[in-house]
Amino acid sequence: MAEQKTITFIITRQDSPDSAPYEETFNVPYRKNMNIISGLMEIRKNPVTAKGEKTTPVAWDMNCLEEVCGACSMVINGVPRQSCAALVDELEQPIRLEPMSTFPVVRDLVIDRERMFDALKQVKAWIPIDGTYDLGPGPRMPEKKRQWAYELSKCMTCGVCLEACPNVNDKSNFIGPAAISQARLFNSHPTGEMNASERLEGLMEEGGLVGCGNAQNCVQVCPKGIPLTTSIAAMNRAATVQSFKNFFGSDNAH
Amino acid sequence: MAEHREYFYRRLHSLLGVVPIGLFLINHLVVNHFAVYGEESFNKAASFMHNLPFVLALEIFVIYLPILFHAILGVYIVFVAKNNVRRYGFFRNWLFYLQRITGIITLVFIAWHVFETRVQVALGASLDYSLMEGILTNPVMFWFYVIGVLSAVFHFSNGLWGFLVSWGFAQSPRSQKIVTYATLLVFLVVSYIGIRTLITFAYGV
Repeated sequence: MAEQKTITFIITRQDSPDSAPYEETFNVPYRKNMNIISGLMEIRKNPVTAKGEKTTPVAWDMNCLEEVCGACSMVINGVPRQSCAALVDELEQPIRLEPMSTFPVVRDLVIDRERMFDALKQVKAWIPIDGTYDLGPGPRMPEKKRQWAYELSKCMTCGVCLEACPNVNDKSNFIGPAAISQARLFNSHPTGEMNASERLEGLMEEGGLVGCGNAQNCVQVCPKGIPLTTSIAAMNRAATVQSFKNFFGSDNAH
Repeated sequence: MAEHREYFYRRLHSLLGVVPIGLFLINHLVVNHFAVYGEESFNKAASFMHNLPFVLALEIFVIYLPILFHAILGVYIVFVAKNNVRRYGFFRNWLFYLQRITGIITLVFIAWHVFETRVQVALGASLDYSLMEGILTNPVMFWFYVIGVLSAVFHFSNGLWGFLVSWGFAQSPRSQKIVTYATLLVFLVVSYIGIRTLITFAYGV
C-alpha cells in the first residue's frame, strides 16, 4: 500500500444552461469507502484535470447525503442514481458522470427539476386541511392500506424514473411516473380521499396518465423500490371510473 | 370530455385497437383460413363476406375509420417517444419499442395490402383465390406478407396487454405478468392461423 492509488472521473460539464457540453477527466486520490460526492469534493479542493490544466471546480447539487432528498441524482456509468449512495468501490473505472438528460442543465451536474414540482401541482399532491377552525382528528386509515401507502411516500422527487422513461422528453408533455404515484398516495389517504376527483382530473389533463406507454423502466430504476407501474395502473383504473362518472353522472364523483 | 381532449383521444386509440380493429383482424385471418380447406371453400367464404348487407358501411365504420384514427394518432405516439433500449434493456422496454416498430410496419403493410386487394377489386378485379395466389407465389411478396402479418398480430397481442393495463383491468404486477403470458399465447395462435393461410396461397399446401 505504499503507492498512492487514484480514481479517474470522466465528467460531462456545461458552463451555462445554453452553452455546449464538454468532457473533462480528473484523477483523484483514493480513500477507503469513498462515494461519488467525496470524489467531487476532492476535485473541488484541487480543480486540475488529468492533463494538469487548471479548471473551474465541478458544480453538483446535494443536500441530505443519505438518499432521502433526491437532489444529487446524476447519471453514473450510464445509470441514473443518487451520487451520495454510489460507492466508488462498487463502480467500474473510469467513472463517468453526466447530468440527467431529461432535465435542463443549470451548470455541470446541476439540473433543474422544476417540471417535477409543476407536475405535483397539476395532480394536487397534497391534502387541503386549512380552515378557520379546528376540524378535529381525521378518519382512521386501515393498517394494511397504510403499509403500501407508506411505500409510495418514500418518493423523493429525485427524477430517476423520468430519466429512464422513453416518453418523458422534450417532444412530449408527459409528467412522468412520480407525480402519478403521488396522486395515488394522497387519494389513498382517508382525508385526502375527500378530494380524490380533483387529483384524477389533474391526471386526465394534458400530459397526464395517457402519456404512459408502459415501458415500465421506471419501476426497474426507482432507488426507493416504489411500485410505480402498479400506481400508474391503479390511477388508470380510477381515471376510467371517474370519466364514466363524469359522463353518465354520479353522486359519488367527488 | 372537451376539457380532457388528449385523455379522450388516447383512451379511444387504445379501445379502437381492440374493438373493432383487433376483432376484425381475427375475423379476417380466420375467414381467410378457409383457403387451407381448398380453393372452393375460400371463394365461398370470400364472396359471403363481400356480399354482406351494408358491406360498404360496415367497412367504413368497422374498418377504415377506426384504422385511420388509430394510425394517425399512432404515428404521433411513435414520434414523441425517445427509445432507450440500449441503455435500459428491460423486457417491457423492448416490447414498448417493438410495439412502435411493428405499428409502422403494419401501417405500411396495410396500405399496400388494401391497394393490392380491396382497391383492385373495386376497380374490377375479381375477389377469389387466384387473386391472392397471384400475389403470394412471388417469394418477395410472400415474405413481405409474412412480416406484415406477424407485425400486425404482434401489435395486436401486445396492444391487448397495453389495453388491459391502460384501462386499469390489470393492476398488480402478478396480473400484468399473467396477461403477458396470455397475450403471448394469442400471438402464437393468431400468427399460426394467418401464416398457415399464406403458405397455402404461396405453395398450394
